[in-house]
Formats: sequence, structure tokens, C-alpha cells
Amino acid sequence: MGKLHVQNVTKSYSQNVILSDVSFTVHDGEFVSILGPSGSGKSTLFHVIGGIRLPDSGEIYLDDRLINGTKGAISYTPQSPSLLPWRSLLKNVLLGAEIAGGGDEADAMEMIERAGLKGYENAYPHELSGGMQQRAAFIRSLLSPQSVICLDEPFSALDEFTRLAMQKWLLSIWEEDKRSILFVTHSIEEAIYLSDRVIVLTNKPATVKKEITIPFSRPRKEAILLSEEFLQWKKLIYQELGE
Amino acid sequence: MKGIMEKGWKPVVVLLLLFGAWELSSKLFDIPDWLLPAPSQIGKTGIEAWPMYQHHLISTITLSIMGFLIGASIGILVAVCLHLIRFVREAFFPLMILSQNIPIIVLAPLLVIWFGFGMLPKIIIITLVCFFPIAVAALDGFRQTDRDLIHYMQMAGANKRQIFRKLEIPSALPSLFSGLKISATYSVMGAVISEWLGANEGIGVYMTLASSSFRTDRVFVAIFFVMVLSLLFFSLIAFIEKRLLNWKSEGN
Repeated sequence: MGKLHVQNVTKSYSQNVILSDVSFTVHDGEFVSILGPSGSGKSTLFHVIGGIRLPDSGEIYLDDRLINGTKGAISYTPQSPSLLPWRSLLKNVLLGAEIAGGGDEADAMEMIERAGLKGYENAYPHELSGGMQQRAAFIRSLLSPQSVICLDEPFSALDEFTRLAMQKWLLSIWEEDKRSILFVTHSIEEAIYLSDRVIVLTNKPATVKKEITIPFSRPRKEAILLSEEFLQWKKLIYQELGE
Repeated sequence: MKGIMEKGWKPVVVLLLLFGAWELSSKLFDIPDWLLPAPSQIGKTGIEAWPMYQHHLISTITLSIMGFLIGASIGILVAVCLHLIRFVREAFFPLMILSQNIPIIVLAPLLVIWFGFGMLPKIIIITLVCFFPIAVAALDGFRQTDRDLIHYMQMAGANKRQIFRKLEIPSALPSLFSGLKISATYSVMGAVISEWLGANEGIGVYMTLASSSFRTDRVFVAIFFVMVLSLLFFSLIAFIEKRLLNWKSEGN
């Protein structure tokens, strides 16, 4: 199971209201994107869900269990890959599991192979490219025992070509694994291409403006990026953001 | 190895030139040996007097290593305590800096009054000289842990102990080694100073004896060995550092 339910969450820092009455649900095995302009409180949302900040009001439930202020209930892939520079790739991808008190090297090796990183398991992070590091960070989340993965603009630092390759790669891995994913991005195309549902946030304070279900079938082909229908969805969301 | 050969020749040439000029001028101006002996003279004394000062050398080496090990342990311990316990940091950090403002030359005779001429006052002096650079460097290392990484660890549910062990200790290591390298060279100096106070043997004793009998050549031999020992300790730590921190990229 992996059902994340965020209910009426409000959070402010001193006088600034960052999140105002945010509610949404990520169902089991669903890929949900949160779309909003940079600085719209997406990071704060993750801090609250991740348990390192308490919301002023509202509740966060994971499989109907209240997880306000509980650290480590969800698995997290940050914007920067955040690999430990003194650990080899293999040791790095095991870190999430290790913190939770587990970790199986054979699983990790299999996942490394599936991620196309075979042969690099003993390499240090600085020897890997940006895309490879980000892939490693994602495998680390997959190897962690948590049922929901939160990704915080993981591809925003990558160039266009690498990003497209990474999006395809992420879909291919996820379609086999079907973990619940909450994906934060500021790219409309990325949100439509990857998600089952897109949640559009308003800017300052952030609140849920619109939820849009993306009907493209899975597994998704790259070709949909150029289809007329894709463009229609993009227009719709663009208008939502613009208002 | 090739890199050392390529870069290393410059200081070697400068040193050779310097020694050449020294040798030449002491011959040319007929400087008396008790004032400034020629390098060749110092070299000769160094070889001839070896059986005489060998035991002094061993004593200083033992003292330096012991003092360094104790000083380093205390330095690391202090850094860990100050880092982990906020109250201790606020209460003791100023005190730690003050400890470095006490002139060793003044403190040393006091230590002799309190603890006599044995090993203890000497170890205390070396420890006092050594612990500070290590404590400060390690503390800085702990503090400079990457915010993003701490953030990730917290989000992943790591507790304080896991963050300290898996993240803060390894990220403080490069800093810690800078401190260790500085202290390793200080430890030799600390040992010599502590031996001046009163000891039966050691390079410091040998140096005092030589200078009071105007055997300037022997003083220079002692200086030479203090330098060599410092360099040796430094290289040893640098070697261990390179072995231990092999994950660091060549660039930095």
C-alpha cells in the first residue's frame, strides 16, 4: 500500500503564509505531479510531508496513519542528487535502506543494472555524470522501504537532452515498479508526460488551484509529446497557471 | 613520481644555491665557526657526532609521538563534545581560545613546579600545543557539512546518531587532516621546548648544551633534525590522508 493524503495543510513562517489549505491525495501506485512556479512553497510542502517541519494546521496521512512530524515515512529524492562523496555508487544507493535498518546488496546490484549503471557500482559520485548521479539518487529511493517516493524537481539541473532521456528512463523504471510517486516540477511538459494526475498550485500562498487527470495510456511513448492532444493539455494548464 | 621530478627541481635548485652562497661566504669572509659554521662543517659534525646525539634524537621522537597522539585524541574528543553538545560549545569555546593565549614559555616553568621534571609536564605542553589546531579544524569540518546532505538525511529519517556517524564524521575528515598535519609539525617544536625546561635527554637538551658551549655547528645539527622530524611527521600524516580519503577527486 502507498496512499498519501494531505488534508487542509497550512504553514506560515512568521507573517508569510506559504501553504494555505492544501489538500490532495496520491493513490496507491499513482504518479502525481505538483506544478507551480519556482518559490511557490513546493519545498515547504515537502518539508511538511517529510516530517522535518510541522504544519500549523492540517493533517498528513500515509495509509490512514497520521504522519505529521514523522521523519522517514516517505522516501525522498532531492533536487541535487545528494550522494555522499566518500561512498561508492553501490554504497550510496543502499544508504536509504541502511538508515531504515536494512539493505540488500543483491537487490541493489540488480537495480543498478536495470538503471544502466552496471560497471559503475564502485565509482565515486564525482566520477559520474549529472544524469547518472540523479539516476543513482532515484534508485536509492526505490531501494528504500517506504511506499511513497517524493521527487523534488529532480531533473531541473540537467540539460534538455539529458532531461528527456531521464524522463523516459524514469517512466520505464516506474512502470515496472509502480510505487506511488509525488513529483514536483515547474515544467508543464514534464508534468503531462509523466503523470496520471497534475495538481496546479497557485503562487503565494500556495493552494491547490486545479487537479487535472491526464488520460494518456501507459506505457507512454515519447511520440505523445508531439501529439495534438498533448498540446491541448498543455494549453489548458498554461491557462490555469496564467490566470 | 614524474610530477615530483618536474615540479620538485625548483626548490632544490634554490636550496643548493643558498647553501653554495653560505659555504662560499663563510670561506671568503673567514667567519669563525662559533659564529656561523659552514654547511660542510655542520654536515661533518652531523656525521661524526651521531653516536653522541642518537639517544637524544630517539628520546625526542618518542616524546613527540606520545604528545601528538595524546594531543590529537584530546583535540578530537574536544571537537566532538563541542559539536554535539550545544551547551558545552557555548560555555567552553572561548576558554579553548584563551588556552592558546597563555605563553608556553611562561607556563612551562609553572608546570615543572607543579609536576616536576618527569614526562607529565612535557606531555602537557605538547598536548596543549597540539590539541588546538586539531579541535578547531575538526569543529569547522563538522560545521561545514553540506546542508543538502543533512537535509536529505533528515528527510530519509536518519536520527542524530546516524547523521553524525554516516555524514558528519566523514565530511569532517579532510578538515581534520589539515589540523593533524599542522599539529604533527608543532609536536616536534613542543617537544623541544619542553626539553629546554629540564630534561636528561632530547634534542632540546642537546641544543642547550651545544649553544652554551658555543658549539654552533651542533646547534645547527639539532635545528636540521627538528626540521627533518617535522617534515617526516607531516609527510606521514599526508600519506595516511591520501590513503584514507581516496574518494576525493584529483582536482581538489
